[in-house]
Amino acid sequence: MLFKDLKKALGANVRDYGMFIALFVIMAFFTITTKGLFISSQNISNLLNQTGYIAVLAVGMTLVIVVRHIDLSVGFLAGFLGAVGAIGLSAWHLPAFVVIPMVLALGVLAGLATAFLVAKLGIPSFVASLAGWLIYRGALLLVTRKAGTIIIDNPTFNAIGNGYIPDIFPEFMLFEGMHKLTLLLGMVAVVWFVLKSLRDRKNKQAYGFDVLPTGVFVIKLVFISLILLAIVWNLAGYNGLSWTMVIVLAVVFIYDFVTRHTVLGRHIYAVGGNPEAAELSGISVKKIVFTVFASMGMLSALSGILFSSYLASASPQAGTLFELDAIAAAYIGGVSAAGGVGKVTGSLIGAIVYMTLTSGMNLMGTDMALQYVVRGAVLALAVIFDVQTRKVRR
Amino acid sequence: MSQQAILEMRSITKNFPGVKALSDVSFSVAPGEIHCLVGENGAGKSTLMKVLSGVYPHGTFEGDIVYNGTPQRFRGIADSEKAGIAIIYQELALVPEMTVYENILLGNEIRRGLRIDWNETIKRAKEALARVKLDVDPEAKVKDLGVGKQQLVEIAKALSRDAKLLILDEPTAALNESDCDNLLEIIQGLKRHGVTSIMISHKLKEVIRIADTVTVLRDGKTICTLSAGRGEVTEPALINHMVGREIDDVFPKRAHVRSDEVVFEAKGWNAYDPKLGRAVLRDVSFNVKRGEIVGFAGLMGSGRTELARSLFGNPDGYRVSGELYLEGKSARFDSPTAAIRSGLAYATEDRKGNGLVLIQDVRQNITLANLRALAARGVIDENAEIKVANQYRESLHIKTPSIDQKVVNLSGGNQQKVSVAKWLYAGPRLLILDEPTRGIDVGAKYEIYTIMNGLVERGMSIIMISSELPEVLGMSDRVYVVSQGRVTGELPVAEADQETIMRMATS
Repeated sequence: MLFKDLKKALGANVRDYGMFIALFVIMAFFTITTKGLFISSQNISNLLNQTGYIAVLAVGMTLVIVVRHIDLSVGFLAGFLGAVGAIGLSAWHLPAFVVIPMVLALGVLAGLATAFLVAKLGIPSFVASLAGWLIYRGALLLVTRKAGTIIIDNPTFNAIGNGYIPDIFPEFMLFEGMHKLTLLLGMVAVVWFVLKSLRDRKNKQAYGFDVLPTGVFVIKLVFISLILLAIVWNLAGYNGLSWTMVIVLAVVFIYDFVTRHTVLGRHIYAVGGNPEAAELSGISVKKIVFTVFASMGMLSALSGILFSSYLASASPQAGTLFELDAIAAAYIGGVSAAGGVGKVTGSLIGAIVYMTLTSGMNLMGTDMALQYVVRGAVLALAVIFDVQTRKVRR
Repeated sequence: MSQQAILEMRSITKNFPGVKALSDVSFSVAPGEIHCLVGENGAGKSTLMKVLSGVYPHGTFEGDIVYNGTPQRFRGIADSEKAGIAIIYQELALVPEMTVYENILLGNEIRRGLRIDWNETIKRAKEALARVKLDVDPEAKVKDLGVGKQQLVEIAKALSRDAKLLILDEPTAALNESDCDNLLEIIQGLKRHGVTSIMISHKLKEVIRIADTVTVLRDGKTICTLSAGRGEVTEPALINHMVGREIDDVFPKRAHVRSDEVVFEAKGWNAYDPKLGRAVLRDVSFNVKRGEIVGFAGLMGSGRTELARSLFGNPDGYRVSGELYLEGKSARFDSPTAAIRSGLAYATEDRKGNGLVLIQDVRQNITLANLRALAARGVIDENAEIKVANQYRESLHIKTPSIDQKVVNLSGGNQQKVSVAKWLYAGPRLLILDEPTRGIDVGAKYEIYTIMNGLVERGMSIIMISSELPEVLGMSDRVYVVSQGRVTGELPVAEADQETIMRMATS
């Protein structure tokens, strides 16, 4: 009975669970092939930190693709703005809390510029952002021409990409050698998740909506809680949560909330689902396009900050191919090219899947040429899976 | 007759899910004649021609097609073209960015080895253009020609493939008078060269002018075939056969709340479409009173939808002029948003194309036009939203397993109810319904009508655009007839009948 329910639930939501299962399988594979090296605390921690700058781009790209556009300029925009930040910190000796908002604001401006070409002048976003790709690449080369790589000597700024949240009661007896605050936060997150799931379920039942059978629901709760705890346990075994992870989680949390619970989010998905119907329903398609590109620009700036802080420098190559990684992550995460479909959380998982492949194959010492082939195959498989499962639903 | 017929379609029956589009239709065309096919919208004319040309391949319909004395089994347009049948659609099938000669030989390129023989192509294109007496540079791009000339290019394209039977689906719908004249002369000229033509037309004067034979379709059935030679093709006879149906009792009764308070008025309203390069509305004046259903009758393409869209914030960017008054005050709406804020609502004729977001659920569609009413500081109160959606689901009897169901999975009638619910939730004073019952079954129609009656009884005003005359007569308090972008008549419903409206609509 329970097994049957489980099968049915998995079948009906295969699109939602498919990615988690894929991630699980990929991680298990690398753990075995690297004799446990992959799953070590330090490696997982590094992996998630490296995912950060792609993940924030993928989140922004999700919305861009949802409204049926594309933004190719984000990679070099991130690289360029990272360099601008580095100059502000190292050459002008501005404090980090001045440089960061400034760089984010520049990102918004850059996004608005692309949006102006796309929404006001009607230039296809592919072309408009390709122009941006060239311009920001040139700008990046220009500002790094003198010094080559700009070293960032601001410890506050560098902590964003390399630092970890402080621990409380480091000398507390239990869990010796573990990061206690990370464990505590993880526990809080699990409790919050369980309570929220219970409340949502109750609400849905009150309205007579379909909910998962009790058995399946409990299994799902236990399963996700265990995974969360496992990740937290793993991270706590090294340095705990990094600032990068905190920032990415905050971005995903905010964007997830905006897309699912606000008027703006609803309007974005309506424009993506049927622009003409949205316009005739009193939604300004132009305004939405401006908003989405501005957000993309801001997240590009954030990506640039994360990356330059991680390397404690800004190089002339920074940001190369980030845009394609972000687009791939979004598609692996289930965004539809037809518009109107795609979750921010899906793109986060997509980014983790994508970076897991890179990290795992690096540990295995796989040849670079083969790495590209594998990543390409996974992208193709993910999209085939997406298209096929979508058909079944109809 | 059947022995000398070039084309004979026997007992054609074509079903669409839930609708019988053609039932036992027989249709016979003599060689070298101009045979017109007339009937109301939805009578089955275009479907019949699609059966003939292979758009609906053999096996998807019942009945036989005999062409040139042999039974045919077309699997697609390519087959019918090979047999010498060419169909020219209302929406032209030309590639605007290509030149005239490229278009004429498109899909029929003259090759020499692997390459295209452009010289031969241009020569053939010129010959074809000469046959339709079109004097244009074959190297001009099609997009630079007027609609009338494009129409002729299309015919030249058909002739270049040795078409013996030409099907024209409302060829003059988008043409001005002189282009119309020219086209009709060309068709008559082709007749002298042995080309047989079947023409679908709504313009009865045209039909009377050029038809040798007319077949009237109504509700997917052949009503009669009239011969010009025997003097049977007259306007009263055509109209009579086209409508000739009693209004059955499909319209719920309502108490007519008469009010003289004008809610909305347009005076001398014009709209020019820069993309088409012609005026779509000319000097349109009308008014709508409180609690009134005003019917806008007319044929497809007459400008009714353009009128609605030009009023509702003009999203197509027409150049508009004239005066609008909302409750006595001069008004102008620069965007659909502004129109909605002022109390207008417009449920589009094309529910799937531009009315609903199909991949979203019932709840999200219902609240889309008025989400702000449910939000505090931009955050949607989802419990309130669910309540709203459930209210409309109950009051409009939207049949769906739950409001979480995607709209794409609902039937046409229920989709229409979702569309109506969306606009009711926006709280309009004037609701414009464009073809509110197109493509939905009789039961759902009755429900939509009941909803409309309930709304006007509570003081809302409705503009109903409809191509179904019985619906116009059964539901409206007053009727405006639109033809070629103009209002050609205004009738209180008591004085309106199908024949009068049809005459005004075809004038």
